[in-house]
Amino acid sequence: MTQAQISMDAVSHTEHPEAWKWYHYFWYNTDHKVIGIQYLVFSFIAYLIAGVMALFMRAELYTPNSDVLDPNLYNALLTNHGTMMIFFWVVPAAIGGFGNYLVPLMIGAKDMAFPNLNAIAFWLNPPAALMLTISLWFGGAQSGWTAYPPLSLVTNNLGQSFWALAILLVGTSSILGALNFLITIYKLKIPNMRWDQLPLFCWAMVATSALALFSTPVLAAGLILLLFDINFGTGFFRPEMGGNVVIYQHLFWFYSHPAVYLMILPIFGIMSEVISTHARKPIFGYKAIAYSSLAICFVGLFVWVHHMFTSGTPPWMRMFFTISTLIVAVPTGVKIFGWVATLWGGKIRFTTPMLFAVGLLAMFVLGGLSGVTLGTAPFDIHVHDTYYVVAHFHYVLFGGSVFGLYAAIYHWFPKMTGRMYNEPLGKAHFILTFIGTNLTFLPMHELGLQGMPRRIAMYDPQFEAINQLCTYGSMLLGVSILPFLINAIWSWGWGPKAERNPWRSLTLEWQTASPPIIENFPEDPIVWAGPYDYGIDTEADEDDTTVEDMLAEVGAEAR
Amino acid sequence: MAKEKETVPVALVTLTIGILVAIISFWYGRDNGLLPEQVSQQAPLVDNFFRVMVTVGTALFLLVEGAIVFALFKFRRRPDDDTDAPPIKGNFSLEVFWTAIPAVIVIGLGIYSVDVYNRMGGFDTVGSTAVAHHHGGHATQLASLPGSSDVGAPLLSAAAPQQVAFKYGLGATPAEGQASPFLEIAVKGLQYAWLFTYPNGMVTGELHVPVGEDVRLNITAQDVLHSFWLPEFRIKQDAIPGETTELRFTPTKTGTYPVVCAELCGAYHGSMRSQIIIQEPDEYEQWVAENQPVAVTTGTDTVALHPSERSDADFLAPYAAEWGIDAAAIAPLQPERHA
Repeated sequence: MTQAQISMDAVSHTEHPEAWKWYHYFWYNTDHKVIGIQYLVFSFIAYLIAGVMALFMRAELYTPNSDVLDPNLYNALLTNHGTMMIFFWVVPAAIGGFGNYLVPLMIGAKDMAFPNLNAIAFWLNPPAALMLTISLWFGGAQSGWTAYPPLSLVTNNLGQSFWALAILLVGTSSILGALNFLITIYKLKIPNMRWDQLPLFCWAMVATSALALFSTPVLAAGLILLLFDINFGTGFFRPEMGGNVVIYQHLFWFYSHPAVYLMILPIFGIMSEVISTHARKPIFGYKAIAYSSLAICFVGLFVWVHHMFTSGTPPWMRMFFTISTLIVAVPTGVKIFGWVATLWGGKIRFTTPMLFAVGLLAMFVLGGLSGVTLGTAPFDIHVHDTYYVVAHFHYVLFGGSVFGLYAAIYHWFPKMTGRMYNEPLGKAHFILTFIGTNLTFLPMHELGLQGMPRRIAMYDPQFEAINQLCTYGSMLLGVSILPFLINAIWSWGWGPKAERNPWRSLTLEWQTASPPIIENFPEDPIVWAGPYDYGIDTEADEDDTTVEDMLAEVGAEAR
Repeated sequence: MAKEKETVPVALVTLTIGILVAIISFWYGRDNGLLPEQVSQQAPLVDNFFRVMVTVGTALFLLVEGAIVFALFKFRRRPDDDTDAPPIKGNFSLEVFWTAIPAVIVIGLGIYSVDVYNRMGGFDTVGSTAVAHHHGGHATQLASLPGSSDVGAPLLSAAAPQQVAFKYGLGATPAEGQASPFLEIAVKGLQYAWLFTYPNGMVTGELHVPVGEDVRLNITAQDVLHSFWLPEFRIKQDAIPGETTELRFTPTKTGTYPVVCAELCGAYHGSMRSQIIIQEPDEYEQWVAENQPVAVTTGTDTVALHPSERSDADFLAPYAAEWGIDAAAIAPLQPERHA
């Protein structure tokens, strides 16, 4: 394990200032913390834009007729809402943002294994955003984020081509990032941290990165073939030229189902950190939670056809993928039960990050259960491509991933900015978001079951009342962002200074200054406890302040 | 696990909670009213399966959410208590238990879904086309026939009877076995309408079928992907350019129900709706008779003819009997020819 230090030195920076100035965040920088914040701010802007797109769509769906937006524009919005939320918000924020910021700190490293590769991976994102902007300028891709041919071949070719280029760029960024995470965690983990002392967020990042590495190239292949079909006269997906449209669906979902786990596994990691810290209790079943991430990663590679149960798929395939999809419920259940058991018997602090984590837990249960129903082919045949699916994936991606990202933003806000956020505003944000989410997405289950397909700008008038309810919910969600924005901007600039470790957390990132110094730790940190060993010293010598004392001691060294 | 001063034994509390959760789950599983009317033989199968999943799901939902809410109240931090909670790091048998329970549930659901899928006709697709092959390609001719000649889709041409199209979708149920369907209709999706071609060559924009009879739809797409969905029938199958897929069902009651396109197919995807009208058999026959297209007399067609060289009715005539169209129904067609 000593070679870890050698490779670290080989890539360490030559010269840098004492601390980064604001303008360093706007230029090429190899510090993983700068890159993490660049990812987070960049992706948050994409989130706001994609959210506004959703509000326009909900406005259109307030009435059954197509009266607010041109139907082509509606399709461009639904395509880019999905594309941006996935490829420009959840994936870069969770993996690029928190992955970059936290992984080196949590394993006691000075930076990522390949800092330049890391910066390059981030700087592929702005050109990708430029491509997407060009695409939107020309009317936008209009064939859904899935871009199924032949529709994607015959609809707005220019917009579709730039869209594909944008996704190829972020896909490349994702592959580079994944490599970097795997090597960083394997090589740069400080030697005296055992593998079973690795924070669960890092285990989640191992699983996430492996998955991204296996699956992203397949999407890239599919998109390149699509680009050729659109622009260079090939016919891979053109049936009239002997092509096959279903092959594209396989290529697409071979990546895009694992992409669902790319978006939730890091969030699961965040959950383990936040719940354990704020319940002041060790995580229940560390190994079960770590292994279940790897199990989800493995099984997740073999479930993609459940998106194609009504497509051109033979019966054996529909049955095989029903069973494999159902199996994913087992490791996911292990995590959910583990977190509930962590809460059980804890001393729960209702801080804003904890509220978002518990809110996530509550909604993910519903999203998971509806996911099990969708995984079974005979039932999925009825609800595939309906609002039932829309409801399901917003419960796991909004109620799940976005709530997890909020939890993480609040939890690590003091570490990243050196300032505390405002707690009442945070709570107001949580309450509005929680109510808004359920008001928007719960009624959608019924819409789908009753017969409303997804991706439509005009619908049967019998669904009007429920759609209006969903639109009100979406307006509440739109409002809910305001307390967050005020809180984040005001606190970042003028909030009270944060201590080094306001949550008295045990993971390594809290043992250095807030915000951390440029190469993270003045000297290599020493792992003196497991990442979740809350309450252990308290019990040993009946002294309530032991943990704090120890933290202060280590903190003094850190300063 | 709840400790402190308890007056009621834990076992009793657990039992009461268990009974309550069971009652609520069974009630919500049965009477959730979430699904629309049932109009096909498959619908009750799917709905019963859904009920089982909702029952199990409601029980799990109540238990997990109940545990969360209970924990939030019971284990909240008390004022002025800055200590940590007792360090319970896990419990092996509990972890095995909650891994095993979902595993058993999903295995059960997996077996149940295979069974439901089988009874819906999901496994027949291969069998039926193979049978058709041996009997001279009845399904084959249908697939090549009504829609394809006018769009030039490269489905099956002259050499067709030997190449049997492999059809995805829902075929004959085990109960129907290898019986031919009573009625076979070609469905074509195009931006933004469904076209239905009947055995006698009639093309409509609405689907009429007789109640209680076994119907097979052979589904194709002219331009982009569409998806043929009958919500009240609980069945759906994508219409794929370059391939024929199938849905086979038996309507169980009369009435008018929506036909929906469920796959994004362009700007007006949302308006790609039609109706399926299920009629009593005699009403249906009457509707067919009233809407007969013009047709032609030929008794001597050979199978080797290229379908596109003949009118639909021409091609269909030899098979009319097979589809259950009697001589009386054909008679009015005889005198005229249409191109």
